[in-house]
Amino acid sequence: MTATGGFEPKILGFLCNWCSYAGADLAGVSRFQYPPTLRVIRVMCSGRVDPVFVLRAFSRGVDGVMVLGCHPGDCHYATGNYYARNRAKVLKRLLELAGVNPDRLVLDWVSAGEGEHFATLVRDFTERIKALGPLGRSEGLSWDELQKRLAAARRVMEGEQIRWLVGREREMVDKGDVYGQPISQEVFDALLEPSVVAEYLRSRLLLLTADRPLSVKAMAGEMGMAPRLVLPHIVALEQAGLMAMVGIEGNSPRYQSISG
Amino acid sequence: MDEARVGVFICHCGSNIAGFLDIAELVEYAQTLPHVVFVQDNVYTCADAGRAQIVKGITEEGLNRVVVASCTPRTHEPLFRTTCQQAGLNPYLFEFVNIRDQCSWVHMQERERATDKAKDLLRMGVARAALLEPKEAIEVEVIPAALVIGAGVAGLSAALSLANQGFEVKLVEREAEMGGLLRDVHRLYPTGDDARTFIDAKVEAVKRHPNIEVFTGTEVRDVRGFVGNYEVVVEQGEKELAFSVGAIIVATGAKEFKPVGMYGYDGEKVITQGELEKLLALRGHELRVTGHEETSTVRPVASLPVAHPSVVMIQCVGSRSDERSYCGRICCMMAVKNALLIKEADPRAQVYVLYRDMLTLGVEYEGLYREARGQGVTFIQYSPQSPPTVNDGQVVVYDELLGQALTIPSDLVVLSTPLVGQADAPNLAQMLKVPVDEYGFFLEAHVKLRPLDFATDGIFLCGSAHWPSDVGESVSQAYGAAARASILLGGGKVGVEPIISVVDEEKCIGCGLCETVCPYKAIVLRDTEAGRKAQTIAASCKGCGVCGAGCPERAISMQHYTDQQLFAQIDALVEV
Repeated sequence: MTATGGFEPKILGFLCNWCSYAGADLAGVSRFQYPPTLRVIRVMCSGRVDPVFVLRAFSRGVDGVMVLGCHPGDCHYATGNYYARNRAKVLKRLLELAGVNPDRLVLDWVSAGEGEHFATLVRDFTERIKALGPLGRSEGLSWDELQKRLAAARRVMEGEQIRWLVGREREMVDKGDVYGQPISQEVFDALLEPSVVAEYLRSRLLLLTADRPLSVKAMAGEMGMAPRLVLPHIVALEQAGLMAMVGIEGNSPRYQSISG
Repeated sequence: MDEARVGVFICHCGSNIAGFLDIAELVEYAQTLPHVVFVQDNVYTCADAGRAQIVKGITEEGLNRVVVASCTPRTHEPLFRTTCQQAGLNPYLFEFVNIRDQCSWVHMQERERATDKAKDLLRMGVARAALLEPKEAIEVEVIPAALVIGAGVAGLSAALSLANQGFEVKLVEREAEMGGLLRDVHRLYPTGDDARTFIDAKVEAVKRHPNIEVFTGTEVRDVRGFVGNYEVVVEQGEKELAFSVGAIIVATGAKEFKPVGMYGYDGEKVITQGELEKLLALRGHELRVTGHEETSTVRPVASLPVAHPSVVMIQCVGSRSDERSYCGRICCMMAVKNALLIKEADPRAQVYVLYRDMLTLGVEYEGLYREARGQGVTFIQYSPQSPPTVNDGQVVVYDELLGQALTIPSDLVVLSTPLVGQADAPNLAQMLKVPVDEYGFFLEAHVKLRPLDFATDGIFLCGSAHWPSDVGESVSQAYGAAARASILLGGGKVGVEPIISVVDEEKCIGCGLCETVCPYKAIVLRDTEAGRKAQTIAASCKGCGVCGAGCPERAISMQHYTDQQLFAQIDALVEV
């Protein structure tokens, strides 16, 4: 918040050393003015940006995150930005699942010669975030609720399943699966979507029951879902040995996550 | 490592930072940050005095981490790292906070908010600095060959200089013929040498040189790799050729701005200074090939429309304007030189130079200007608010010094227009990952400290691709760029950043995703006693981090950009 009471967004930018960071420097050399809302972390490549970094930033209360890389085809490391693109896609979906506006994350390209373009991106993104308002509040989420949801999203991106799928996306779509059969982007996305949803819901369930056992109904209530939609995930977690029934209260079995 | 003792050095950069941020507030704030034991502000931290303070901080205050808040790591990180090293501190314990290029220069009207931003950036930088670890640079072989792009006077000179030092040179020129702009120039100032003779000699020397391979009619299509090891693909007609070089010199030159729609420009009675050159040169060469070897016998005005013509030159056409704010730099000298040549060939010719400010720098050029005045060339100052008007056969100009409008009869009007960058310079810039400005001129790493380098290591710059340069300047820059490149090529090895991936074999499950995503085949699966494990080949790893960011087990850490260091930066963004 500024002294005048207006909303002053905090934006984090991950800029690759070779293109976008150089573009940001060029904006400076050229004295292109833009609002002082962005804080930059320099990384060697947009492909270095682990989805966990982005979710951690949101958990800290950052209102928007920019990931800026070299233009497609121009990556200093040949292909890093394509991985950044695939990760941004799944991140946006996870934000959506967590009830956070996915427009709070932007992935874009800035070459070393595009100072004006960089300044424009920051101006536009600042306006966008200003229009959205502070993280959480404009989503109608309390700080605690936001933390719970983002923690679940982070848990998904810390886990091997989605990391593996996203990591394989380029190869599967461009070169083919383990049988050498390329699959279309649509088929891949159709494969990814239910996995992301399931992983997110299961992560939430595990985190909800980390400290105390809960009934199916109670879990469903916390997540604002119908119990019949939650139950299959509890069963799956039980089968995977990640959750166990630890008692019954009344007619309702209570489940708790198994740590470790 | 002992507990972090962070020293923060905040640079004023003259008034570049201090003029827009509250330095005193930053100093006070930095003192409150965790691990910070020493804070100092300097007018120029990069100057000898500033760097001496860093050394003093390390040796006397026992600093084991150094943070400089200043311009940009892209230009100054190497310098400060060296300073740390000189004081006995591992150079990778240095952290840069960019408060100029990405703060003071882009928030010039918002002192308070920009200062707040700088505080956040300082906090983030200090948090990262505390977690930095000492590293040793990795050495890689340098391919002792260079690519020179462009075979004008700059490219030819750079190629010859490198070739004479024994390096293999690939010289790529997109035109069918080498020589560049000088092929169409008449004589050179201040010596009066014949331009064609001068450039032809260079072209011949290049053609004969055993170390230079020339590719004319050829354009660069793709550049990959890194300092010491660039992979270049060029297109020559239907063919694609590839070669490997250690360094690249950009000498793509510039072209004359065509003032279409200005001052009745028609290419006949109203021409550009460059077209006048061509006219004079053409006439000169016709005479020369018919046996008049002495340039003094050339009568260039014979090609002008009438005997004893009245020639009116207008300076600053299309330059120093809203559209093109820069000064053309060489057009005043071209005008003075051509005015003198016309007067020399036909003393009864009238030459008028309508100028805003005459720029004839230095002893020799100022001498030529005086000589032109002595020879009866008339210089008339106009202001951009009331520019001259060109009508059929006459030019009307408001003389700023006389304070009255003058009508000058004219047989020929010559417009001095600036050089502009090549239209496709942005394409090449994108391939090389170097910046160009809005006018298509390439931007060096630092205007004073590294004027011939790009920020991207191993790529250098000379001639009018940089900014409008005359022949002497182009040759000087070419020799300079060649010398810069030769330091790299002659060294045999170059230190690359030890930003490489390291696999934690305990966590690795041997899935091979990292091997799949690595663009350099720098991470491979190997059988170990504990099963298949990924291993990094340090010399091949370029440090992008795509493997680390994707590893399903999060078993790969990127040196110098570890998760922990980045988390610390992220966490520090929002002050608790």
